[in-house]
Amino acid sequence: MAIKILTEHSHIPGIETFDVYRKNGGYTALEKAIKTMSPEEVVEEAKKSGVRGRGGAGFPMGMKWGFLAKPEGVPRYLVCNADESEPGTFKDHYLMKTIPHLLIEGMIISSYALGANKSFIYVRGELMYVIQILEKAIAEATANGLLGNNILGSGYDLELVVQPGGGAYICGEETALLESLEGKRGNPRNKPPFPAVKGLYQSPTVVNNVESIANMAWIINHGGEAYASVGIGRSTGTKLISASGHIKKPGVYEIELGLSVEEFMNSDEYCGGIRDGHHLKALVAGGSSVPIIPAHLVYKTANGEDRLMSYESLSDGGFATGTMLGSGGFIVFDETACIVRNTWNFSRFYHHESCGQCSPCREGTGWMEKVLHRLEHGHGSMHDIDLLVDVAKKIEGNTICPLGDAAAWPVASAIRHFREEFEWHVSHPKEATLPGAVYKGAAVLA
Amino acid sequence: MTEIPTTSAFTPERLAKVKEIIARYPEGRQKSALLPVLHLAQEQWGWLSSEVMDQVAELLSIEPIEVYEVATFYTMFHLQPVGKHVIEYCRTGPCCLMGAEGVYDHLQARLGIKTGQTTPDGLFTLKEVECLAACGWGPVFQIREKYYMNLTNEKVDSILDELSK
Ligand SMILES: Cc1cc2nc3c(=O)[nH]c(=O)nc-3n(C[C@H](O)[C@H](O)[C@H](O)COP(=O)(O)O)c2cc1C
Ligand code: SF4
Ligand code: FES
Repeated sequence: MAIKILTEHSHIPGIETFDVYRKNGGYTALEKAIKTMSPEEVVEEAKKSGVRGRGGAGFPMGMKWGFLAKPEGVPRYLVCNADESEPGTFKDHYLMKTIPHLLIEGMIISSYALGANKSFIYVRGELMYVIQILEKAIAEATANGLLGNNILGSGYDLELVVQPGGGAYICGEETALLESLEGKRGNPRNKPPFPAVKGLYQSPTVVNNVESIANMAWIINHGGEAYASVGIGRSTGTKLISASGHIKKPGVYEIELGLSVEEFMNSDEYCGGIRDGHHLKALVAGGSSVPIIPAHLVYKTANGEDRLMSYESLSDGGFATGTMLGSGGFIVFDETACIVRNTWNFSRFYHHESCGQCSPCREGTGWMEKVLHRLEHGHGSMHDIDLLVDVAKKIEGNTICPLGDAAAWPVASAIRHFREEFEWHVSHPKEATLPGAVYKGAAVLA
Repeated sequence: MTEIPTTSAFTPERLAKVKEIIARYPEGRQKSALLPVLHLAQEQWGWLSSEVMDQVAELLSIEPIEVYEVATFYTMFHLQPVGKHVIEYCRTGPCCLMGAEGVYDHLQARLGIKTGQTTPDGLFTLKEVECLAACGWGPVFQIREKYYMNLTNEKVDSILDELSK
């Protein structure tokens, strides 16, 4: 059996309750950290683990913690990013509803490490039922002396607040999230200053993803080095993958980083393979924002090496032939999927979610949506395809926050790898607009 | 349609809850309570009228414009009266791969309304939303805090039958 760091106990009935979680070793890491370790030692273990941010960017968590400014007399904050809105991603949703105490325990350990006395979990507002689950878990932990004042007699105090969002993908971007937490519109801030120096209420703040923080219990129990021995190279540990699309078994799976894409896709332990009678056409490996790759680049890199589920291997080949691990939103397309339609759908998403602060993003996402709508509905021209590439280029790198890039990459990569499919929509508008019509010429893996 | 006059006040229980929420934040940072309080308001009135938003502004000692600004930014807040059940349907890519478009057509046909509309009996409002973080369990829609997943035409029918009773 593959190692499970986050989901080892997720199948146990009642694991969402304090008692069952505790009986299965829950909160022993918290006891160990608070009773036997200094905050600096906890940070040290996070550094040794090499665990990288699981929200999408993959920045090493311990290093981020090391950047936190510590001016005298100014409060510091830890904010957990549970806004999970990246299309294809539903792992944090799964983790929080299944083992809420794993996140709560991780939050307490991490807050202790950072010297925060008030920490927030910002959950997308649509997940109101998950918010209720977390609030119940917090009440249980408080009743058992693991939260609140003088935790386990250590003199350390912590209050945990669960904050609902209001429906806005952009609030997943960390500075937009902080604005939202302050009761404002979710407009990303200009950086610098970075949150580590001026974050929530202008105080030093660390923002980390749910899954990143949930790893802390295991890291403390087993040590950072043990964590670093799991995985491959700089992709240490395990990763939750949300698998959706044309596979036999969509769902959330915990994998050891370094597992081959082929095994993840086809073994019965994970996705179970492409739906019966169908063939792999394309993959988006890490949520809608990362480049889409065609079937022949899914199991092998352009160099002919096995493609692995790791930060490095998935992005091997750069934008020309690679994709990214991102948030772990593994979206699988078989030959019935129309790439043009999907690209239009994603563009509509980014246009809808652009906060509108910078013109390249606000106008560019609108243009891309419009042009893709035209192509998908049989009114496009060949020039439109180049126009899309041009608009995507003009957005990329020219915006306040990375949403602009996230909107540009799916379009640019779809055209890079599936240009004939776009051209077919222009040359065969009647055929292409029949219900369910799909270009038949795209290469698939038999 | 929602019958509660929007000039009425927050219920005492909700007012107590508002106080509790404000107390979560540091002194002087009560504006942080805005999103949770708007959710509470919407729970009571079904939607956010300008009267309701003005009340929220007063409770949080902020300007009404600060409330309007926020209420119009976030898609979960309804700024018009809505039906008893607001069906928020995911229209994003991964759900579409799972057959969401066909099920959505069926839902619209069955209710006889399109996105953004409310049935004449005031029972259902239809709203398209983006990814609900349930992509592998799609097609999916949500009504208040409840998720309805792995939808099929038959499942949609039985959910609507149940809610129409
Ligand atoms: C448009 C946009 C949306 C994002 N959405 C999320 C999200 O839903 N959850 C998340 O953890 N990070 C999200 N991020 C990344 C955050 O900005 C940030 O990098 C992350 O929360 C840091 O935590 P980590 O280092 O533990 O991953 C998003 C970034 C962008 C640009
Ligand atoms: S890139 Fe888009 S979402 Fe990000 S700040 Fe600019 S307009 Fe807003
Ligand atoms: S795409 Fe529908 S829930 Fe994510």
